[in-house]
Amino acid sequence: MSLLKLLVVLAVWGGLWALNARLAARGHHIRAIRLAVPVIFGLTLVLLWEMVVRLFGVSSVILPAPSAIAQRFAAETPTLWIDFVQTMLKGALSGYVLGCGAAFVTAVLIDRSPFLQAGLLPVGNFVAALPIVGIAPILVMWFGFDWHSKAAVVVVMVFFPVLVNTVAGLQATTAMQRDLMHTYAASYWQGLVKLRLPAAMPFVFNGLKIATTLALIGAIVAEFFGSPTRGMGFRISTEVGRLGLDMVWAEITVAAIAGSVFYGAVSLIEKGVTFWHPSQRG
Amino acid sequence: MTKVVPVLTVIVALVLIWYAAAVGMNAQWARDQAARAETTLGFGELVVDTWSQDRPVLPAPHQVAQGLYDSVLAIKPTSKRSLVYHGWITLSATLAGFGIGTLAGIALAVGIVHSRAMDMSVMPWAIASQTIPILAIAPMIIVVLNSIGISGLLPKAIISAYLSFFPVVVGMVKGLRAPDAMQLDQMRTWSATNSQTFWRLRLPSSMPYLFASLKVAIAAALVGTIVAELPAGATRGLGARLLSGSYYGQTVQIWSALFAAAALAAALVVIVGLIERGVLKRMGMAQ
Repeated sequence: MSLLKLLVVLAVWGGLWALNARLAARGHHIRAIRLAVPVIFGLTLVLLWEMVVRLFGVSSVILPAPSAIAQRFAAETPTLWIDFVQTMLKGALSGYVLGCGAAFVTAVLIDRSPFLQAGLLPVGNFVAALPIVGIAPILVMWFGFDWHSKAAVVVVMVFFPVLVNTVAGLQATTAMQRDLMHTYAASYWQGLVKLRLPAAMPFVFNGLKIATTLALIGAIVAEFFGSPTRGMGFRISTEVGRLGLDMVWAEITVAAIAGSVFYGAVSLIEKGVTFWHPSQRG
Repeated sequence: MTKVVPVLTVIVALVLIWYAAAVGMNAQWARDQAARAETTLGFGELVVDTWSQDRPVLPAPHQVAQGLYDSVLAIKPTSKRSLVYHGWITLSATLAGFGIGTLAGIALAVGIVHSRAMDMSVMPWAIASQTIPILAIAPMIIVVLNSIGISGLLPKAIISAYLSFFPVVVGMVKGLRAPDAMQLDQMRTWSATNSQTFWRLRLPSSMPYLFASLKVAIAAALVGTIVAELPAGATRGLGARLLSGSYYGQTVQIWSALFAAAALAAALVVIVGLIERGVLKRMGMAQ
């Protein structure tokens, strides 16, 4: 019996994969098909997931079905919204703005001192590779359980990637471009604002995009160390304890959507700011 | 060598700021204690006290160094209070996960490069998955695997494999596509088969890309393991040390575990960097 079920699942998988393979082979230059193929693939995975859970009777404390997650999502939308506001808007976003702002200002300030750059860059590169989430328990002790401590964790996490990228970006101009500004008798600040900052933007946005994911991770993980009775990290850890896995998956869905939208928004701004860069001119 | 002086200056400045901050943040407790004993502290006494409290808000650097010495060198590595013991627990899960994630990532990248259907189906999801906080599912994976009887090293390794998987896929796809049309045409004029092109052109040219993403992946794998050690019940590993330190207000223990984790991360990245240098040099690709 279970062999038959397995065959059904494999048949559905094979059928949809064959459809995708045909689409990809025939129409890889058609825009609609390029969009459809990954969507079909994603839907296939969700369908297989649902079928496996139902056909084999997988317990909901191990893997809830997508339909159960969707139901829970719809039923608990107010709670999810409260958690979203607490973690994403208050914790992650305020920390992101503060941290990226501080890193950008620091990069511009140390721009005039090659000594500081030579000293700070290796340290910054080193720190950027460290498991910085580990400072979460310390910052939760310092700033309390509410969103301030989460924002502080996010500030520290996003600071170094943005700093390192901005400093690298400010060095991205060529000697000839700087000489041209020199022949215009441009002052240091004119050269900075009109040539070097715009030229640095692709690098800055690279750092800002890396920082979006870090900000969400920092805000969620910091809540594992203590939080008020709301927030995505709080909900995930308590619902895992109560085996309410459908709610956990609903929170993860929110986190995935929030992360993608956040990243997409930063990419859109990048597109507007660095419209002149080759990578943006398709 | 010219870089050493500025770097040292910055580090010394950071340590000085740290000492000053320790005075500022621990002063309240010191004053409260003095007030309770109905004495007042002169500035010198205050500074000495803030640098030697048992449970300071911010331990001074030498206290952290002492904590590290006590838990790394002055204690048997097999003891439950030794950071070597906890570090090994974390390291073994990290390496296992890194290995699994890297192999799976390379395999998927090979598939993506050779099959257009896989490329179009999987690649957008692999890229999109880098924008979502995957780490959030760590507690769930631990608890679910625990409930079906899998515990210990494997659940942690799965999480760190998952985190190191996507950087490797994206970097490796880029690397396998690095040979340009002229090099591919050259292989064709030699009537090379697909597998010959893969082993002799694509794979060698992908090495710089592979190592760049391996450095990201091993750092991510370590973070994954540490976070995986956080859910209640874990008593071993650097993450568990962080959590128990934060439960009992043992700030020196938190900072020691944090520095041990940082040293571990740095060592892992440096080792991957050294292997990269050796491999690229032997292949004649070193810059």
